[in-house]
Amino acid sequence: MSAPTVVRAVDTNLGELWPLVWQSTYETLYIVAIALVLGGIIGMALGMSLYVTRPAGLVPSRTVNVILNVLVNFFRPIPFVILIAALQPLARVVVGIGIGNRAIIFAITLAAAFGISRIVEQNLVTVEPGVIEAARAMGASRTRIIRTVLIPEALGPLILGYTFAFVAIIDMSAIAGVIGGGGLGNFALQYGYRQFDTVVTWTAVLIIVAIVQVVQFAGNRLARRVLRR
Amino acid sequence: MPLVELRDVTKVFPAASRHGSPVRAIDGVDLDVEAGDVYGIVGYSGAGKSTLIRLVNALETATSGSIRVDGTEITGLSERRLQHVRRGIGMIFQQFNLLRSRTVYGNVIYPLQVAGVGKDEAHARVAELLQFVGLAEKAHTYTDQLSGGQKQRVGIARALATSPKLLLADESTSALDPETTQEVLALLRRVNEELGITIMVITHEMEVVKSIADKVAVMEGGRIVERGAVFDVFSDPQAQVTRRFVSTIVDDLPDDEALARLRARHPGRFVRLAFRDPAVRQADVYAELVRRGVVFELVHGGIEDIGGRTFGNLTLALDGADADVDDALTAIRSRIDARELA
Repeated sequence: MSAPTVVRAVDTNLGELWPLVWQSTYETLYIVAIALVLGGIIGMALGMSLYVTRPAGLVPSRTVNVILNVLVNFFRPIPFVILIAALQPLARVVVGIGIGNRAIIFAITLAAAFGISRIVEQNLVTVEPGVIEAARAMGASRTRIIRTVLIPEALGPLILGYTFAFVAIIDMSAIAGVIGGGGLGNFALQYGYRQFDTVVTWTAVLIIVAIVQVVQFAGNRLARRVLRR
Repeated sequence: MPLVELRDVTKVFPAASRHGSPVRAIDGVDLDVEAGDVYGIVGYSGAGKSTLIRLVNALETATSGSIRVDGTEITGLSERRLQHVRRGIGMIFQQFNLLRSRTVYGNVIYPLQVAGVGKDEAHARVAELLQFVGLAEKAHTYTDQLSGGQKQRVGIARALATSPKLLLADESTSALDPETTQEVLALLRRVNEELGITIMVITHEMEVVKSIADKVAVMEGGRIVERGAVFDVFSDPQAQVTRRFVSTIVDDLPDDEALARLRARHPGRFVRLAFRDPAVRQADVYAELVRRGVVFELVHGGIEDIGGRTFGNLTLALDGADADVDDALTAIRSRIDARELA
């Protein structure tokens, strides 16, 4: 006869951790929002530059194009955990501190900018070259073409691209804990994983999933409205 | 002074690859387009016609030579000055190139916004243009819901927005079915006749040239190999490439295969008569044949009407005594071109 298996109620500290859950959710949203806005703007500028400096682009420049490509290709393959560590010295110079939320926002912003630059470039390539030629034929300046033709014509796919980037940024933010940053990822690792508290881990996971779902849904809807299909 | 004046213009594109050689797309072209002309430029793909038209509004810059548009030398102008020049030249495209993110109204107002025209004035101008092209009720439709013909009408309205003196049409009907093509050509004719706008039409369709152009230039290998009034070029093409183009819509000589078939059916000698001179009546020519006892049948050819003038290329099978036929041909040749087919 074997000993009776003891089924215990799951042992969890979730009850007393709720304030931390909300605090972490707020921190994640805060980190991600700032990184998305800053990384989004820098990524747009980079991606636009990659696109317009192509050989048949609006401002063709082999030199600039090659330099930008090398730069983007240099940073993109670096695993994010390592990039955080590698960027620490630079973070100290730029944001004044190498650890915590400010440093993590800095690292995510850079990583996101390089990722988004490729998304932007890819979406701009889908804009019909003839439309750009038509705008040139009407005497539009290059900056006007960027503002009134390129971005509006690629807006649908751009929205979907940024939505994708948002999810990727959430993913990156989960690792913030390695340099003392906060957020749901850090919370899940510290209070869930290290305490063997699966309920806490999954609570964080579900909140992240919920955030991603809401943003993806909103992004899809917005893109559909812009694309009219 | 011509509205558009090209002098010894060349355009060389750099080699596409390291091992390629530079491409001489335009090779020493002179061209005068007078105000009010509808000037057709014909050629096969790669002949340079697309590049040529893009030199006129400086979408491409010439490698050498002089290009004057409405009295302004445009070679060597700064990008900013060129933008200003382009605002005075309309352009329409094979693929229409409308902005999908904007409605019909948004597309037509675009060049006015670029030119810095005030809101009220621009609004009134768009309404007027949409009326002119017959799309007033489609103003707030997005362009992907329009038919090809409607899209090109939007393209035309957009190209006319800034009241240009010159309209460049780049294969503007090549993506359209025959009926819609006629509709768009009719609109272009109105643009020329009612608004007095000079039009340069790039095409590989002779039907388009025949239908709206007064003058035509034929391009091959970056050069203009033949040019003139449409009637003259169509009725008496000189260059090989011109003959091939003209033969797509004008029946001239039967080809070898057709000739063999005709010979099997019809006895006698085959002669191609070319009627060009309106003073020479067909009846008089036929009377010469009848008078000499030559029996004839019309076996091939056609009659073309271009800009109200008519010409005919008619191949006849002449049956009769050789001497009589020779006499008849001598008599006929004093009036028209008669060529015996071997």
